[in-house]
Amino acid sequence: MSDEVKLLDFWGSPFAARVRIALAEKGVSYELQAEDIFGGKSDLLLTSNPIYEKVPVLLHDGKPVVESTNIVYYIDETWSTQGPQLLPACSYGRARARFWADFIDKKVFDTGCNIWKGQGEELELAKKEFIDILKKLDGALGDKDYYGGDKFGFLDVLLIALSSWFLAYEKYGGFTIEEESPKIAAWMKRCSERASVVKGLPDSQQVCELVGTIRKMHGLE
Amino acid sequence: MGDEVILLDLYPSMYAMRVRIALAEKEIKHESKEQDVVNKSQLLLDMNPVHKKIPVLVHNGQPICESLIIVQYIDEVWTHKSPLLPSDPYHKARARFWADFVDKKVSDPARRIWLKKGEELEIAKKEFIEALKLLEGELGDKTYFGGDKFGFVDVALIPFYSWFETYETCGNFSIEEHCPTLITWGKKCMERESVHKSMPDPKKICEFVLNDLRKKYGVE
Repeated sequence: MSDEVKLLDFWGSPFAARVRIALAEKGVSYELQAEDIFGGKSDLLLTSNPIYEKVPVLLHDGKPVVESTNIVYYIDETWSTQGPQLLPACSYGRARARFWADFIDKKVFDTGCNIWKGQGEELELAKKEFIDILKKLDGALGDKDYYGGDKFGFLDVLLIALSSWFLAYEKYGGFTIEEESPKIAAWMKRCSERASVVKGLPDSQQVCELVGTIRKMHGLE
Repeated sequence: MGDEVILLDLYPSMYAMRVRIALAEKEIKHESKEQDVVNKSQLLLDMNPVHKKIPVLVHNGQPICESLIIVQYIDEVWTHKSPLLPSDPYHKARARFWADFVDKKVSDPARRIWLKKGEELEIAKKEFIEALKLLEGELGDKTYFGGDKFGFVDVALIPFYSWFETYETCGNFSIEEHCPTLITWGKKCMERESVHKSMPDPKKICEFVLNDLRKKYGVE
């Protein structure tokens, strides 16, 4: 059985980072195709994700899977006997994991964007909302080492990837994760020690510089 | 084995309809508890503290929230009949993509059709039709989004069909004119017992929105 795996990627995308981490967790070899999302998207990207025209796209034997959370589900199900199981085994556990994945997807990145894009009143509102989100995620983690329990799992993959943009939110929002949720800060440090995360996560400083560039593009500085 | 299944429900909600349809497809005995979404019950607040919204499925005391997540849960727990999601990962991923598309691209414009007027209404109609046309493209010449079997994407979208008359009345347009294949699909789905038993009368929804809901939101 041929297993040709290709990832249409952008180094700074926290969504593509999720896929890189998941593939690394499963020990799946793949070809990385870097997309120039500002300059010109490839024909392959536009034809394999015609609805959203975004990275990441996973091409497995030429068949595209899009939307990062969807791709991580797909990776866990396809390479189910390889590497760790990312989703819980029981149906209720899976439903809870999907619930928090949906919460993370609806809230974290967009609120973060409102922080680095916002000014004055808007910025303060976005910051308040982000801190409230952190508190909910803090509650969901509880006293576990990982969202997956004692093992790094599905939610850990989804959230640690987004955390690569937290330094930028801290910089433009004027707050620190450590102060607002020492538990989440400790979880971030714990996850960052994993080989898959070291390999898959973009450097936070470089992301900060990227955000600065995007802000200039939008006339925000 | 006693299985206590309770649905925190709301008659006109398309999200609650998805769950009602899935429960009916699987013939799961359950108790429906109609909720007051203005004065929310302690039960609702306890079962969905994060979003405080319906629908919530309570299975043997454990709450499951978010309609598409509930439908997947129902499909995984009750496997004796009517599988809703495909078994192979690639087709499962495609089904999840399109169900998610309904939530991302149909829901909000649909809501704005009955909520807005003037320019905003026209924009909402345009976005709504564009999204429906993309769904029509995905349906192609299949009977259902699931192929020859009623499936996950059909469950995700069909509740909006019961609101079509409302959108057409508020927006003064015909959905069939733009998306005839989708109307044919809707009629086919309505032949299923699980669907027509779970969905309210479109006229009742229209009356509710025009006489009740729009007033509540100050739309005149």
